[in-house]
Amino acid sequence: MSNSRETSIAPAIVIRPFRGWVPINIRELWVYRELLYFLTLREIKVRYKQTVLGFAWALIQPLMMMIVFTIFFGNLAKIPSEGIPYPLFNYAALLPWTLFAEGINRSSISLVQQATLIQKVYCPRLVMPMAGILSPVVDFCIALLILVGMMIYYGYAPTMRTFLLPGFVALAGLTALGVGLWLSAINVKYRDVRYTVPFLVQLWLFASPVVYSSSLLPEKWQIIYGLNPMAGVIEGFRWALLGTNPPGSLMGVSILIVVVLIITGAYYFRRSEKSFADVV
Amino acid sequence: MSDVAVRVEGLSKLYRLGQYVGYGTLRESLVNALRAPFRRSRSKSAEPKYEYIWALKDVSLEIKQGEVVGIIGRNGAGKTTLLKILSRITNPTEGYAEIYGRVGSLLEVGTGFHPELTGKENIYLNGAVLGMKKKETDRKFNEIVDFSGIEKFIDTPLKRYSSGMQVRLAFAVAAHLEPEILLVDEVLAVGDAEFQQKCLGKIGEVAKGGRTVLFISHNMNAVLSLCQRAILLEDGKIATQGPTPQVIAEYLSSGDNRSGEIVWSFEDAPGSKLVKLCAVRVRNEQGEVSFDTDIAKPINLEIEFWCLQTTRVNSAFSIYNQLGVPLFMTASLHDEVWAQKEYEPGLYRLSCQIPGNLLNEGTYSVNVYLSTKLRRSNDVSIEQAVSFRVHDFSTGQHDYSTGPWVGVVRPLLPWSGRRIGDLR
Repeated sequence: MSNSRETSIAPAIVIRPFRGWVPINIRELWVYRELLYFLTLREIKVRYKQTVLGFAWALIQPLMMMIVFTIFFGNLAKIPSEGIPYPLFNYAALLPWTLFAEGINRSSISLVQQATLIQKVYCPRLVMPMAGILSPVVDFCIALLILVGMMIYYGYAPTMRTFLLPGFVALAGLTALGVGLWLSAINVKYRDVRYTVPFLVQLWLFASPVVYSSSLLPEKWQIIYGLNPMAGVIEGFRWALLGTNPPGSLMGVSILIVVVLIITGAYYFRRSEKSFADVV
Repeated sequence: MSDVAVRVEGLSKLYRLGQYVGYGTLRESLVNALRAPFRRSRSKSAEPKYEYIWALKDVSLEIKQGEVVGIIGRNGAGKTTLLKILSRITNPTEGYAEIYGRVGSLLEVGTGFHPELTGKENIYLNGAVLGMKKKETDRKFNEIVDFSGIEKFIDTPLKRYSSGMQVRLAFAVAAHLEPEILLVDEVLAVGDAEFQQKCLGKIGEVAKGGRTVLFISHNMNAVLSLCQRAILLEDGKIATQGPTPQVIAEYLSSGDNRSGEIVWSFEDAPGSKLVKLCAVRVRNEQGEVSFDTDIAKPINLEIEFWCLQTTRVNSAFSIYNQLGVPLFMTASLHDEVWAQKEYEPGLYRLSCQIPGNLLNEGTYSVNVYLSTKLRRSNDVSIEQAVSFRVHDFSTGQHDYSTGPWVGVVRPLLPWSGRRIGDLR
């Protein structure tokens, strides 16, 4: 009650109908950072509850994919891998890819999954898709251990470039966030999203340089290929870890696209946010 | 003016009825979106087939700091919508509200609880959901666990809890929320009676601490004991506001099903070939038909029925309190005069008296039965035919102090005693 004097001067909260487009309230997000923390923690803790293998699942999934891809694309189709052993070449791409795909999966359903929360409590709704993006980071870190093991096995030493890795991880997260903002908000209204996401992710996987290298594409297509931001992320990953061709112009386009995705996604999200509680 | 906590001006909320989306609507939305640039203004003609309803219409009110205000009204009157707007869960269609201070809202206990997490983890999660800082939760953790009374299970996943334990834990967290303005919605509807009392006590404590409370409840006792002021909502509008007892009285008297009287015409009357029920009434000491009765005064339950053939008739009432607990049953069969009587055809009125100082405060519903000698089952059986409410109008200087008393009944019993010895 100590601050009742100050608060009586200006209202702490003014509630009025939303009109048009509203920018993101960064300060409020900061105030609710602990909720983001606990929601993320909940996702992580709940993820592997009552499973026998527990967090081993975070290893098994990318590992199995890597084995399958190595057999079919590496050994049978003999897709060139820029002189890098195919398993390593592929796994280094699967890591950021899995982070991205899981981020999309979890964030797109986040709002609908937490409908009661939306209907019963006020908080910036943005924390829900954000928690969906952040929680797979733990799985990513676990899966990273295998990559370290593989690099040792194949004799690849970290270089100065490796320090740029967190940047590419962040870019993967931001890409997922941009897409997740759009999909989660649309999903509140149209549950079609739930059926779209699985094959969207699958198509996107093959549209990204996971099983192949983007250098297979002619130079003039590189910039257009960069329109898929995951192309920049994955090529950046390989470059930072394995020293493949640096993702030059492609990278620039990818970053630009991510920025556009996030800004438009955030605006769309904010615009729909006002009716979440009524529609979900 | 400076001590206002909540100011609401012309607040309205429009809801669209019916199916909100379908595949057709997705297509429509896309088409509309594509056409949008070619339209000069957003015409409403694009979606004329929906019905709209004003859940809240032009509500204005002002609540001072430290006030405890009850919001009452029937289901669908807009109570929860008002609270949802004030807690920013949903957005108003028109009007505005200003809130001076930190708001905590409690529309449901245990929001955000996850069955796979332990009690401890859920306390932190729920705390964060309700807007508590982690440090705050740390500080109050022991208190919360004590209040909930489930120390032993604190490291057990929530899904192993009984539902009662979940509610206790949930309320324990909520009770330790310390906002300047607390919005509470009918959270007392859950849990057992003892727990409800505990919750009420806690809300009362919060109120005494000088904080502002907005309290939605169907439990008039709770509203009466907690709130100085009440607001009655009807169809999204404020019907009355003012001192709680007056507003409650208005609310109770406005009801159709909350009535001390029910009457049938001969044609519609429920019954058999032998008897037909005509009317059931609750009368106060003065003989007036009344829903509201004084706890200290006797109440008369009255039944009128047509006897169509000569037979023996047994009339009976059973009384239930608001929790559905049967208090007792009484039948004319056990009355010396009426038990043996052969009823000639005609209209009869029987009444039985419930003495004063027997029932506790609260709302009671009365089931009515008529049976005849010739039939084993009831000829008439009407559940919740009438209801009445027992009020404690005493001021505290008499036999009872005001406030809730424990128990289904509240009889005034004689006590005796004397001094039986010296010290030691």
